[in-house]
Amino acid sequence: MKNSEKVRIPQSVRLFFRSLAGAAGGLALGLLICRVAGESPGKVLSVLVNSSFGSGYDFGMTLFYTAYFILAGLAVAIPFKSGLFNIGGEGQLTIGALAAAWAGVVGAGIQSHTLAILFATASAFVAGGLWGAIPGYLKARRGSHEVITTIMMNFIAAGVTSYFTLYSLKDPDSSQAETIPIPEAFQLKPFALFNGAPMGELIIALAVMTVVLHVIMRNSVWGYRLKATGENESAASTFGIPAPASWLSSMFVAGGIAGLTGLVEVLGNSHRFKIGFSADYGFVGIAVALVARGNILGILPSAFLFGVLQKGAGSLDLETDKVTRDLTYIIQGLIILGVASDGLWDWFAGFWRRRNA
Amino acid sequence: MRNILRYRCFVLAWVMVVLSLPSASAQIRVGLVLERSGKDDKSFNASAYQGLKRAEKELGVTTKTVEAPDNAAYESLQRAFAEKKFDLIIAVGFHQLESVKKNAARFPNQKFLLVDEDAKSPNVRSVMFEEHEGSYLVGALAALHAPSGKVGFIGGMDVPLIRRFETGYAAGVKKINPKAQVLSNYLGVTGEAWNNPPKAKELALDQFNRGAEVIFVAAGNSGVGVFDAAADRKKLAIGVDSNQNWLKPGFILTSMLKRVDESVFDSVKLFKEGKYTTGLIRYGVKTKGVDYSLDEHNARLVTEGDKKQIEQLRTDIVKGKIKVPDYYLIQKK
Repeated sequence: MKNSEKVRIPQSVRLFFRSLAGAAGGLALGLLICRVAGESPGKVLSVLVNSSFGSGYDFGMTLFYTAYFILAGLAVAIPFKSGLFNIGGEGQLTIGALAAAWAGVVGAGIQSHTLAILFATASAFVAGGLWGAIPGYLKARRGSHEVITTIMMNFIAAGVTSYFTLYSLKDPDSSQAETIPIPEAFQLKPFALFNGAPMGELIIALAVMTVVLHVIMRNSVWGYRLKATGENESAASTFGIPAPASWLSSMFVAGGIAGLTGLVEVLGNSHRFKIGFSADYGFVGIAVALVARGNILGILPSAFLFGVLQKGAGSLDLETDKVTRDLTYIIQGLIILGVASDGLWDWFAGFWRRRNA
Repeated sequence: MRNILRYRCFVLAWVMVVLSLPSASAQIRVGLVLERSGKDDKSFNASAYQGLKRAEKELGVTTKTVEAPDNAAYESLQRAFAEKKFDLIIAVGFHQLESVKKNAARFPNQKFLLVDEDAKSPNVRSVMFEEHEGSYLVGALAALHAPSGKVGFIGGMDVPLIRRFETGYAAGVKKINPKAQVLSNYLGVTGEAWNNPPKAKELALDQFNRGAEVIFVAAGNSGVGVFDAAADRKKLAIGVDSNQNWLKPGFILTSMLKRVDESVFDSVKLFKEGKYTTGLIRYGVKTKGVDYSLDEHNARLVTEGDKKQIEQLRTDIVKGKIKVPDYYLIQKK
C-alpha cells in the first residue's frame, strides 16, 4: 500500500473500514444463502435487526452477549500482541466465574455493595489470571506450545469447576448442578430501561476498560515490550526485553480479563455459578479477535456484531420457517472469512493500478 | 386538537382489536422452547418434540418449536412467545426453571408448562418425573436376571438427577436380592459425559469383568457404548428415557421410560379441553409416566414370572407399601 500514502488516511482508520466492508460482504453472502434455503434475505435481515434493537429488552440482551464477547475477545487479542495464541479463554472464564461465585459464598458477611463487588472482581481476575498464567509460565520456562497447553487447561478447568460446584459450593436446595446463590450485596443491578435484560453499568465499565487497555497497549512500556516480543522475539531480547516476561504477563492479564466474565454471568445474571453456563463464549472470542484484527479498540464493534448475531440466533428459529439458529453460525463464519480475506484488497488495488497504468 | 388525538387513538385501538380477532378465534397456538441440545438429542428434547407433534396431528393445534442457542436465550424466547400471545408456552428441561419463574411473574395471564422442574408459580403447570420409582422397577428386573447377585450402574455426569436414578435402582436390586452388589461408575463431571460412548464401553467392559450380569445406564448418548459392550460379552444392559430396546435386540433387558412425550401431549390435550390445571404434577409409576418398556425386542428376555413380580412391586409403590428412597430428599438431610 505504498501508493496510498498520498491520501493520508491513518492506517488504523483504513483497516477499520476494510474490516467493515469485509464484514458487510460476509453478511451479504450469508443472506444470499437464505435465498437458497427459500427464505427472503430481507426478512432474515429484519429479524436480525429487530431481535437486537427492537425493544429495550432486546437491546439489553444484545449488550449482555456483547459483554461476554468483549472479555473473550480481549483474552485472545492481548496475548496475540506478544505472539501467543490463547485458545484457553473458555477455561479461564469458567474459573473466573467460579471464583466470583466463591467470593459471594465466603464473603456472605460483607454488607457494603462496593466492597463486595471489588472483592468478587478481584477474585475473578486473579483466579482467571493465574489459570492463564500457567500456560504462560510453561511457555516461558519450558517452551511448551501455548495452543496445546491452553486447550488442555480448558478440560482441566471444566473438571475443577464441576468438582467445586458439586462437592464444596453445592446449593443443597437445588436439584441442579449449581452453587449457593450469592447475597444481595454482590448482585449487579440491571438498567430499568432494559426491562428485564441482565445488563447495567457493567457494559459501560467494560467499554471504558477496553479503551484504557488500548491506551496502555499503545503508550506504556509494558505494551511496547509485548509488541516487541510479538514482532521479533530474538531482536527484542537482544535489546533487553526478555520474551518470558512478556509471555507470562500477557497471559496473566488475558486470563484475568476472561475471568471477569464472572461479573457478567454470576454477579449480573444468574447470581450463582451453573455448570455449562457458557455457550463456548471463550472460543467465539477467537473469532471476535480475528474480526477485530487483534486491535484492542476493534474488539468493541466486533464483539457487538457477535452479540447481535447471538441474540438473533434464537429469533431466527422463532420468526422464520425455513432457516434456524444454525444460519447465524454460517453468517459468523462468512463474516470472519470476509474480514480475513484481506489480501483481496491488495489484489484489487494492484488490478486497479495495472488498468490505469 | 386534543379531542382529535383522543378520537384517533380510540379508532386505532378498535382497529387493533378487530385485527387481532381472527388470531384469537383461530386455533390454539402452542410454543415449545427446547434446550440447547435440541430436538435431535434422541432423548429428552426429542421426546417432548414428538409429544407436541402428536398433539398437532391429533388435536389440531398450531405449534412452533425453537431451540435455544445458549442458556440466556431461554428467557428471551419464552418472552417472545408470550408477547406474540401464544396460548400455551412449553419449556423443557430443568435449565429453564429460573426463566419460567421470571416470565410467569411478568405475564401472569399466560399459561406455561415446565417439564422436569417445579416452578411453584400460579400460572405454571410443572411436570416432574419420579425417576427413582422407575429405576426401582428396572433394578428389581436386573436382580431377577443376575443369579450371581452382581449388577452394574453407569451414570453420565455426576449430578443429583443421575444419583436419583442410582439410589432407586440399587433399592430395587436389594429388594429382590438383599445380598446383591451394585457396581457403580460415572463417566465424568463435565457435559462431555453425556456424549462419550467409548468411555462408557470401557467402564461397562470393566464392570462385566468384575462379574456384573446386568448394567443400567443413564448417560444420554454415551449409553450406546454400554449396549455395545453387552453385545460383545453376551450380557444384558438396561436403557433409559426413551425405549432403546431396538438398539441391540436381545441384549437390552428393558428401558426405563420417562414419558416426556406423554406429559406434553396430555397437557396440550387438557388445555384444548379447557381442563388445564397449574401446579406440580408428578409422573410416577402410578400413571406410568415412568415405566419399563416391553416390546418385541425384549419379549424373550422378560418372562411372565418377571412381569408378575414387577407389577406387584408397582402396586406396592402406588399403595405406599414400598417407599423408594429419593436422592433429592437424602441430599437435603
